Amino acid sequence: MKPANDKWGFRAEGSEQINLDKADSSLYRRLLNREPGFAVCLFCGSCRATCTSGNEGMNFRLAHLLLQRGETARLKSLTDPCLLCGKCTLVCPRNVNIRAVVYNLKIMLHEPF
Amino acid sequence: MYQHNQYQKGKPQQVAVVGAGVAGLSAALTLKKQGIGVVVFEKGETPGGHLQQWHALFPDREPAAGVLNQLKQEASEQKISLRTQTEVAAVTPSGNKFRIETSQGEQNEFDAVLLATGFQLFDAARKEEYGYGIYQRVITSAGLEQRLGHGGTGLTVNGRPPHRVAFVHCVGSRDEKVGNHYCSKVCCVTGVKQAITVKERYPQCEVLNFYMDLRMFGTGYEELYREAQEKWGVMFIRGRVSEASQMHDGTIQLKAEDTLMGRPVRATVDWLVLLVGMEPEKRAQQWARSLGLQTGQAGFFSSPEKFLHPSLTAVNGIFTAGACTGPASIPESVNQGRAAALSVLEFLAEKDEAGK
Amino acid sequence: MNLSDHPFFVWPFVAGMAFLCIYLPAVYLKWLRKTSIRDRKKISAAIFSAKTIRAIREIFSECLLHRRIFRFNPTLGYMHMSLAFGWFLLIVVGKTETMLYTRDGFNPPYLPVFFKYFYPDHIPANFKGLFFLTLMDLLLLFVLSGLTLAIFKRFKSKFLGMKKTTRHILPDRIALTFLWLIFPLRWLAESLTSGVYNAGGFFTLSSGRALASLLPAEQLLLPAWWAYSIALGGFFVALPFSRYMHIFTEAALILLKHWGVKTTKRENGYTDFEIHSCSRCGICANVCQLSTDAEINHSQAVYFLRDLRYNRLQPDTAENCLFCGRCSAACPVDIQVDDIRLQQRTARANRCAPAIRRPASQLPGTPEPGSILYFAGCMTHLTPSIKEAIRTILNRADVKFSILDEAGGICCGRPAMQAGFRQQAESIIQQTTEMILRSEASLLLVSCPICYKVFNEEYQLPIPVKHHSVFFKELAAAKPGLFKNSRKRITFHDSCELGRGSGIYEEPRELLCRVAHLVPTAHEREDALCCGGSLANLAISPAQRDLITDTAYEQLIAPAPDYVVTSCPMCKKTFSKGKRDIPVVDIAEALQMALTPEEKPVRVKVGKRAEVLV
Repeated sequence: MKPANDKWGFRAEGSEQINLDKADSSLYRRLLNREPGFAVCLFCGSCRATCTSGNEGMNFRLAHLLLQRGETARLKSLTDPCLLCGKCTLVCPRNVNIRAVVYNLKIMLHEPF
Repeated sequence: MYQHNQYQKGKPQQVAVVGAGVAGLSAALTLKKQGIGVVVFEKGETPGGHLQQWHALFPDREPAAGVLNQLKQEASEQKISLRTQTEVAAVTPSGNKFRIETSQGEQNEFDAVLLATGFQLFDAARKEEYGYGIYQRVITSAGLEQRLGHGGTGLTVNGRPPHRVAFVHCVGSRDEKVGNHYCSKVCCVTGVKQAITVKERYPQCEVLNFYMDLRMFGTGYEELYREAQEKWGVMFIRGRVSEASQMHDGTIQLKAEDTLMGRPVRATVDWLVLLVGMEPEKRAQQWARSLGLQTGQAGFFSSPEKFLHPSLTAVNGIFTAGACTGPASIPESVNQGRAAALSVLEFLAEKDEAGK
Repeated sequence: MNLSDHPFFVWPFVAGMAFLCIYLPAVYLKWLRKTSIRDRKKISAAIFSAKTIRAIREIFSECLLHRRIFRFNPTLGYMHMSLAFGWFLLIVVGKTETMLYTRDGFNPPYLPVFFKYFYPDHIPANFKGLFFLTLMDLLLLFVLSGLTLAIFKRFKSKFLGMKKTTRHILPDRIALTFLWLIFPLRWLAESLTSGVYNAGGFFTLSSGRALASLLPAEQLLLPAWWAYSIALGGFFVALPFSRYMHIFTEAALILLKHWGVKTTKRENGYTDFEIHSCSRCGICANVCQLSTDAEINHSQAVYFLRDLRYNRLQPDTAENCLFCGRCSAACPVDIQVDDIRLQQRTARANRCAPAIRRPASQLPGTPEPGSILYFAGCMTHLTPSIKEAIRTILNRADVKFSILDEAGGICCGRPAMQAGFRQQAESIIQQTTEMILRSEASLLLVSCPICYKVFNEEYQLPIPVKHHSVFFKELAAAKPGLFKNSRKRITFHDSCELGRGSGIYEEPRELLCRVAHLVPTAHEREDALCCGGSLANLAISPAQRDLITDTAYEQLIAPAPDYVVTSCPMCKKTFSKGKRDIPVVDIAEALQMALTPEEKPVRVKVGKRAEVLV
């Protein structure tokens, strides 16, 4: 008797689910290498709250979160508006050097290696 | 009952308690009831410490005045020797006793010293971007307690009740920029409690709480949070307030991020309440250095045996209790005071044995 | 003279010198070709003018006498001067001596150099001859004394005022070795010759006699001259690839500078002259606070220029700089290293940040045409007491004004520019300019020196721009009854951008002297320390910054003032981090405290601030 085919079944398409198994965290690791301090971010949102470009799409908190989850597609639009004014770094309660992270991220997004 | 008063020609051993807050008074009462001579030094005009400034205590909004009066009554019944407006200037070991010099110029010797110096509140002016001290309607949680207490001016604005009040959690705590990395523990539940109190007083007022995390650690605290949401309609927004500025009519406009929505948020409020954290009392650091007491990184006193004997210090004969060891609620401080008193009793008994 | 008349040992020297004479002009020409047409026009216009004379004067005082190094430390100045000026004089005096002796204006170039070899038994017949003989020996001693100091500096640099000496790499070490051998070998060769022939100057003769008694001088004679020639030739060949390229390039740089050529936004030939003019003296590294306070020792100007020159520049070297300007202020060659650093940052990062296109809507209400426009700036939003103080003072003085960026969201563009995001910065500048012009204001008032510098230098505004310290100084002079002297004891912190960056040192001081008692501190004006907050540093960690901040703060409270006054919101925020016993306030706040009492603004004083603001 042939065994039942256990690979058959249905799956809904287009899931919003974050798949940590497939997450690509290489960019995140490269950034951490350059700026290890930003691992202590607690996503409190102080940075975005004070951001000069905060109303124009700049969102470091979200960018960091997406980096951690390996979803890098939106990163450019989330960091392009940054003017490097430095207010975020002055208010971060965890002393993350946010400005340096964003600067390096902008460069890494343009340099392929 | 320890029969200390029978030894040394009938003279009881003397303990100095520094600070007449809830921890200090509780410890003094325990010691006095066991027959030990106690002198309590208090730098303020009246006993009770910060409890005198509170209006309603979490989690049930128990009137603070009731608890304070109970404590003061017991102290007077037990005839606790209380020296108010007397700040302890120096504590020096002298043989197997301790000499205490006060700001009044007195010098006395004691067999043991119990430090219950408590805390001071973070000076909110150091977070300049919130505008405390610059804008009139930015106040601290302590300021709010005063306004809502007896004789307080309340939160009316030009005769009308407030439309909207916002609370900011973690002011001066968990913040590297002011040098306080630790969590001050009790401010979250204070914020939730005060949010409810404002709603009780001004039911039409909208209340917003801006938090990073909600640390509802004690019995009844999580339930309080639920009550705030369910019964009182307090709105909790996860995200930090970055700046506050003042409008022409005195209302405060604040900028924050709603991290769960992922978008920046703006609000105009009648009052901005800053939930300030606890810091170790100033003097404590100086004594720590001169006496060799250990403090943790945050500056609060720490014990060499923090699991089984938290009231001890590095110096034999000096004990600690209450908020001077770290942010604590009132029941915790009272418990610590009593526990420290027990440690003092054990210490005095040993000393007595050794002396014989 | 025949080829065979020339002894062989002169060839290393001749070859080296020939190499230099070909290589240097070639490379200078290559760099000059990279300059713009405008620059070349400037050069040709100025080359026969008084500017050239001024340039030659500076060449003399800096390349030879090293006047700026003397100002830094006299012993160090003497050391550099003795080598440079001493060698220069040896050449000039030696050439003169040879011309007079041979009565011939045209000698082979090596003759003055090896004079003693060719005329070893020359005993001066008259005073003139004796004069030259003695003078040459004196000059040799002069150079050797400097050389001794230089060797000593390697071991005990503190005695020459240097906390650290420059770390050298291979090309420098090779050239250095040749250089340090030249004069001892000259002394050896001349002394041996004097000893053998028993004729020479007071110094070489006495040492020569001593040597001759100890060593087989005759056999060592020619080898010594060979060695001297090889040292010379080797040095000349190594020179263009080492730090000693500065010897000639610095002179060329001074000429170009006086003729009006300047550093520009993009690399051009002038940059090459600047890079090669750095002598790696290390003075910049000694005044750099990254080195003295934060143990960061790899990104100072000297190392940046060196790495750039040898094409081994790492990003972190260009990024880890506060742009405080202390190095340029101390540089004996006056190299504008900040501009070169910016060129490098721009080259790397410019394409990584696109231009900003942001629609801006006007806030309700219209400004009065001709009124003052106040641009608070990003930093002032985090220190609102400055904004409120300015508002109060302007209201008291009945000055009509409006605030451009009350709602935030706009930036002056300087931080982006300093990071190298040039096209983004230019788009910000364009949009902010539009907003400013739409307000029809008569003057732009700023409270932040970072903004002030960019408004002054990059924006092409038709209206004047003033920093509030300058504006209020003028206001106080126009309305003498406005402020009174509070007699509080204060110290003043020169912020990098206002001080070294814009040359404004005296106006804030004059203003503050009106309203308080200003006491001096150890580092002021051009020598002021940086608060450490600089936005221009892209790589430093917050903990390292704190070290710099603490040191600067300590020095400001050393005279025990009642409070410290700054002219920059960034400095104020940086200094206020952590618990500070002596408060730090801005000039505007100090002025607000000094407003005459009649119409004192109603302010609720709560908390500890009450003790400060009365």
